[in-house]
Amino acid sequence: MSEQAKVKGPLPVVSWLKGAGTSDPYLEGLKCECGAIFLGERNNCSSCGARDQLKPTRLSNKGKLYVYSIVHRSFPGVEVPYISAIVDLEGGGTVKGNLINVDPDPAKIQFDMPVDVVFGDALGRKDKEGNSYISYFFQPAA
Amino acid sequence: MSDVYVMGIDMIKFGRFPEKTVPQLGATAALLALDDAGLTIQDMQAMYCGNLGQASAMVGQRILQEIGQTGIGVVNCANACATGATAFREAWMSIKAGVNDVVLAVGVEQMGRGLLGGGGGATGIPKEGLLGSGTMPAVFAEAGMEHSRKYGTTFEQFAKVSVKNHHHSTLNPKAMYQIETPLETVMNAEMISYPNTKLMCSVNVDGAAAAVLVSEKKARELGMARAVRVKASILTSDPYSDRDLVMPDVNAVTRRAAKEAYEMAGIGPDDISLIELHDCFATAEILHYENLGLCKDGEAGRMIDEGEVALGGRIPVNVSGGLLSKGHPLGATGIANIYEVSTHLRGEADKRQVEGARFGMTHVIGLGSACGIHILEKVA
Repeated sequence: MSEQAKVKGPLPVVSWLKGAGTSDPYLEGLKCECGAIFLGERNNCSSCGARDQLKPTRLSNKGKLYVYSIVHRSFPGVEVPYISAIVDLEGGGTVKGNLINVDPDPAKIQFDMPVDVVFGDALGRKDKEGNSYISYFFQPAA
Repeated sequence: MSDVYVMGIDMIKFGRFPEKTVPQLGATAALLALDDAGLTIQDMQAMYCGNLGQASAMVGQRILQEIGQTGIGVVNCANACATGATAFREAWMSIKAGVNDVVLAVGVEQMGRGLLGGGGGATGIPKEGLLGSGTMPAVFAEAGMEHSRKYGTTFEQFAKVSVKNHHHSTLNPKAMYQIETPLETVMNAEMISYPNTKLMCSVNVDGAAAAVLVSEKKARELGMARAVRVKASILTSDPYSDRDLVMPDVNAVTRRAAKEAYEMAGIGPDDISLIELHDCFATAEILHYENLGLCKDGEAGRMIDEGEVALGGRIPVNVSGGLLSKGHPLGATGIANIYEVSTHLRGEADKRQVEGARFGMTHVIGLGSACGIHILEKVA
């Protein structure tokens, strides 16, 4: 008799990464009537002050690179260099993440270059209990 | 309502003092400022102490334990890198409100080496290097890259800020580093987070600065010969903007503070003789030429290229050497800036004196965010 250990699906790297462990992971924002979009949990809009009126909204998997930096010095265990990117998503929402599949060279990276949001394992990082995580990344648009 | 004056102000030479405690460093600066004012701790009616590293550990009280436990009220202040300016402002405000006549403000910090920021990850897994970077060099590099995308500002232009500030510091005996760094040296130094190389990052040092603030009535009693008038004291937080919560906006928070400061002082940018602004990274300084109204948007690159912001130029910026070279002990910087400007207004800045200095401005930013701006005036 073999015992099947219950395999826990990967956990989302942040609470606003939804659909972890399914075939359709996505990023979610909370949107206010005034147009502001927030990442993560909150009740109120810090742009207009509206209370308890934010609605979850699925964010686009496409965007444009707003700015970036190429990080060469980091903490032990963090592989460098990597590209830290600020991306404006189509339809709203700005997200920070790693820009992958492009050389970490300013000559190879252009402001406003179109990027896709992709999902994958969180660089092998696991938490204290040994859980795996799924993260989001940006890469040059197909 | 009458003005508030700086009666005494000083700082210790910034450096590394692992054998000292934070209260000992703060006490040294406090005594220097008290001596400069010709007063003692017994004359102080309140104390505001700025420190981040031990923000919950009663640093102000422990400083009094070193120099005189007189029973006065102590407030320990924390506002990230705007901590020192916040402590100074609270002292100012208590006098403006008519509650006190003579107040001590101290800023002190003892720092390790290495990267700031990028912490967290208390739950789950660390996000640093996975979801971009939260380290200070990267955050401010990204802010600089925004200026590049808008105006074409180059790596070389950012690097010139370090050349300038390191040069200025060779004239400042209280700076941590006093080393000339030519442009190639700055650009070829170890890249930390493009475009900030190691020489374009402020230095983590130990330091302390303190000021004795007094009411106008008290200033007249004591004698105004070396008093410096506080013409404006402003503190802002980051107003909402679309990207601010993901990419901290140091521009809006500064612009708001600058506008309010010029209004409170009743002057404009053209009246300012020198500025000590928050060059936590070379990329940051460029942004603040525009944020503080020294030039129109898009002209900051030209200002550094043409030497307008160097000692001897139209509007000298960071003649102390700035955070890049004098050093950035987080809690002390906001008062150390005011010391630098006060020294010029008193005509005591020796080799780096800005001639005929009449009004000076100080500016600090604490990420999260807080912006503290002071305008000081020479007493004729």
